[in-house]
Amino acid sequence: MQERVVMDEKGIERAIARIAHEVLERNGGSHAIVILGVPTRGYELALRLARRIEDIEGVSVPTGAVDATLYRDDISIKKEAPALKKMDIPIDIDSRVVIIVDDVLFTGRTVRAAMNALMDFGRPHAIQLAALIDRGHRELPIKADYVGKNIPTSMVEAVSVNLKEIDGVNSVVVGTKKSATDPSKDDKE
Amino acid sequence: MANRVVITNGRVLDPSIGLDEVSNIYIMGGRVASIKASASDDSPLEEGAPGLDVIDATGKLVVPGLVDIHTHLREPGYEYKETVSTGAGAAAAGGFTTILCMANTLPVNDNQSVTRYILKQAESAAVRVLPIGAVSLGLKGKTITEMGELKEAGCVAFSDDGMPVKDAGLMRRALEYSAGVGKAIITHAEEPELVRDGVMNEGPVSTRLGLPGIPNVAEDSMIARDIQLAELTGGRLHVAHVSTRGGVDLIRAAQARGVKVTAEVAPHHITLTDSRVIGYDTNAKMNPPLRRDGDIEALIEGLNDGTIGSIATDHAPHSVIEKDVEFACAANGIIGLETAFSLVYGLVLDGRLSLERMVEAMTISPAKAIGLECGSIRVGAAADITIIDLGAEWTVEADSIRSRSKNTPYIGVTMKGRVQQTIVGGKTVFTAS
Amino acid sequence: MPLTNKDMLGIEDLSPEEMELIFDTAESFKEVSAREIKKVPTLRGRTIINLFYEPSTRTRTSFEIAAKRMSADAINISVSTSSAVKGETLKDTARNLEAMKPDCIVVRHASAGTPEMLAKYLNCTVINAGDGAHEHPSQALLDIMTVREKKGRIEGLKVAIIGDIMHSRVARSNIVGFSRLGAEVVVTGPRTLIPVGIEELGCTVAPNTVTAIKDADVIMMLRIQLERQGDSFLPSLREYATLWGLDEEKLKYASDDVIILHPGPINRGVEISSGVADGEYSLILEQVTNGVAIRMALFYLLLGGTRESSA
Repeated sequence: MQERVVMDEKGIERAIARIAHEVLERNGGSHAIVILGVPTRGYELALRLARRIEDIEGVSVPTGAVDATLYRDDISIKKEAPALKKMDIPIDIDSRVVIIVDDVLFTGRTVRAAMNALMDFGRPHAIQLAALIDRGHRELPIKADYVGKNIPTSMVEAVSVNLKEIDGVNSVVVGTKKSATDPSKDDKE
Repeated sequence: MANRVVITNGRVLDPSIGLDEVSNIYIMGGRVASIKASASDDSPLEEGAPGLDVIDATGKLVVPGLVDIHTHLREPGYEYKETVSTGAGAAAAGGFTTILCMANTLPVNDNQSVTRYILKQAESAAVRVLPIGAVSLGLKGKTITEMGELKEAGCVAFSDDGMPVKDAGLMRRALEYSAGVGKAIITHAEEPELVRDGVMNEGPVSTRLGLPGIPNVAEDSMIARDIQLAELTGGRLHVAHVSTRGGVDLIRAAQARGVKVTAEVAPHHITLTDSRVIGYDTNAKMNPPLRRDGDIEALIEGLNDGTIGSIATDHAPHSVIEKDVEFACAANGIIGLETAFSLVYGLVLDGRLSLERMVEAMTISPAKAIGLECGSIRVGAAADITIIDLGAEWTVEADSIRSRSKNTPYIGVTMKGRVQQTIVGGKTVFTAS
Repeated sequence: MPLTNKDMLGIEDLSPEEMELIFDTAESFKEVSAREIKKVPTLRGRTIINLFYEPSTRTRTSFEIAAKRMSADAINISVSTSSAVKGETLKDTARNLEAMKPDCIVVRHASAGTPEMLAKYLNCTVINAGDGAHEHPSQALLDIMTVREKKGRIEGLKVAIIGDIMHSRVARSNIVGFSRLGAEVVVTGPRTLIPVGIEELGCTVAPNTVTAIKDADVIMMLRIQLERQGDSFLPSLREYATLWGLDEEKLKYASDDVIILHPGPINRGVEISSGVADGEYSLILEQVTNGVAIRMALFYLLLGGTRESSA
């Protein structure tokens, strides 16, 4: 299958800007918000989202990372233990609105694991989910509150989000699963 | 069984009579009747004649039946490890026709009744089994045994093997007394205070493995003591299982000044080093321990120049309950009867030992060290003969080991030179399948 | 990159890359231990047996806490007699253990090599928690991790290990680990307690304490077993303390920012003076914290994934 670009740099920027506005509108401002990205690319998107909100509101939002690896439900069936990533909860999350940011929402299992991880850190007032791409095929009753773009895919397809900070380029590409050469993108559920 | 047997066209190698020639050996009434060079032998063979067995040894090596002066047959007391019968069966498969068994049984062979019991068991055994009596009662190192009576009952030498004779005074008396009886003392030379809790050779390997080591000097110092005592008393000393360079040097010097001392080496001590212990295989645990390359060099040199006259197996059967345990707790020793010839022949193939010297060290030399009649096929001698296929390759397999115990580090190892047929008193006791 | 072996029997088996992976993973687990809820569900349903043939409170507790923080079921079995004394073969011991369907067995044994011998019979993961005078890999890993955190590197450091090298599994594992990561390792102690050929593990032997600790970045003081005196390894503890003990006076020779490690428990006033033990150089408490993190990392790397699990 041919790779096709479904979102370019401008498209990603616009999506993040829109999500920033939606977050502020829905939560009545930024005062109770903490933004936590799922490493690796969800974390970069979280930083971008936080910057955008700061641009709009003039206030900096606590931002961090929530690594769901230790909460995954496939540790015992994966061939080897997946590498651990960054866990950085910058502030007490009790009574705050946590916005989990991930690059691609697929089965929902990563988000489930991330939510379980958060519960070990405190009792947030609410957890909301932002995803740059929703590609469908949910295996758990999880729904994103903010979506950059819905991209219907088949199971044999792979969605790769490329971000300048990590991949040197900003784009979203749909290809076959085999074409995904970056192993860090491969362990998405 | 035929009264007359002829072994034809084998390469007959017997260092005791200086023979190395393709020959026919005629056996009558269990004894060697005559040996004739095959090329000039025109005696009618009476092919198929009643009462005549013809054994075709064309292309094979024919040697006097091998003699092992150091085995542990475990009977009485430890029959689950080995019996006189199973040990003798293993001996036959290894080409041995005479074996000596050590006294560390239960009860210890320190009195006539135990000696007689062993000899009774030996009557139905495949090969000739001769007991060695204890030096001290119960191997306790306190009181010497009734060596005269033990000799009378059939003991051919005395040894506390398995245990050193710690008390120098007792060793002195034992050498003096046994000299009067006309028998040798076989020393298990090891200074216990230098061994302590040691379980392998002391060196970089023991350091790496974190196992307590046994330094060479534990053996050297005791060999030195026993040589001095033999010199003082005029007693006959035979040093069992020499494993160190220092030991070889001491024995060589003693022999040069006329001390009546002989020595043996075990096949594993000239084929394996202490690095075999890596991985904690308890089949690499023995006493004396496997040493280093330099020791092997010296031992082979000693074999070549005759300092070490004999090769003896120190066949030491143990069951899994003694061997499949923590390394420090595991029993010492390995079985050796069935692999001895092939292991030593490996050195011949490597050019480190002559075949003639090897055969001598496994036949006439040990016989002489202990004062036995065997180890030679001179005319008139008992027809104890071993036929070997030097070209045959074989792999040691646990299932085909005849010994009751399987504790050997050589399982899975392919060797060259295989015993084809073992004949005791003109009677075939083993034929390779 | 995963670990190559299913078992953790010794530092000897680890490449520098594998050690780095363990350290990086352990750093992540330190964060878990700092949380209010110090527990992750990662190894839920996994069974870990702590099989201790030798009494040990600190190491066993550390492994137990690590297992529990990973949500594994940890079972402690203390055995006071060896297989040999019980008349049981190691194969039988292994079979009995395997019948309990463990995913991992942590073994401590007074006889060197026993974890390795058991591992040959066991399908599950075996972690050596100290075997005789052979290896104590998790201890060395936590020691090296502690140094790595403080110094930011291992390569080029001078590490002095002082005391009873002969009977110390901690010394052997640390010599191999530090030297493999590029440190210069020097050992010293009474000649009676320096085993022959120790250099082959990757160290040099210094003639005395001052030479060993001169410009040292790290000093590791080994615990001296009091019974060594009776075995004639030492004339007296008093003389040992004078010649090989670490006090403020000798410490002056070390590098200014030297750090001191001790596998504990300390004989105060013998191998290490109270002033030094409690001083600013000492990292004894960090070692305890890192110990749990290292053991969590080992469980994660060895049990996360399907490889060779018996379950």
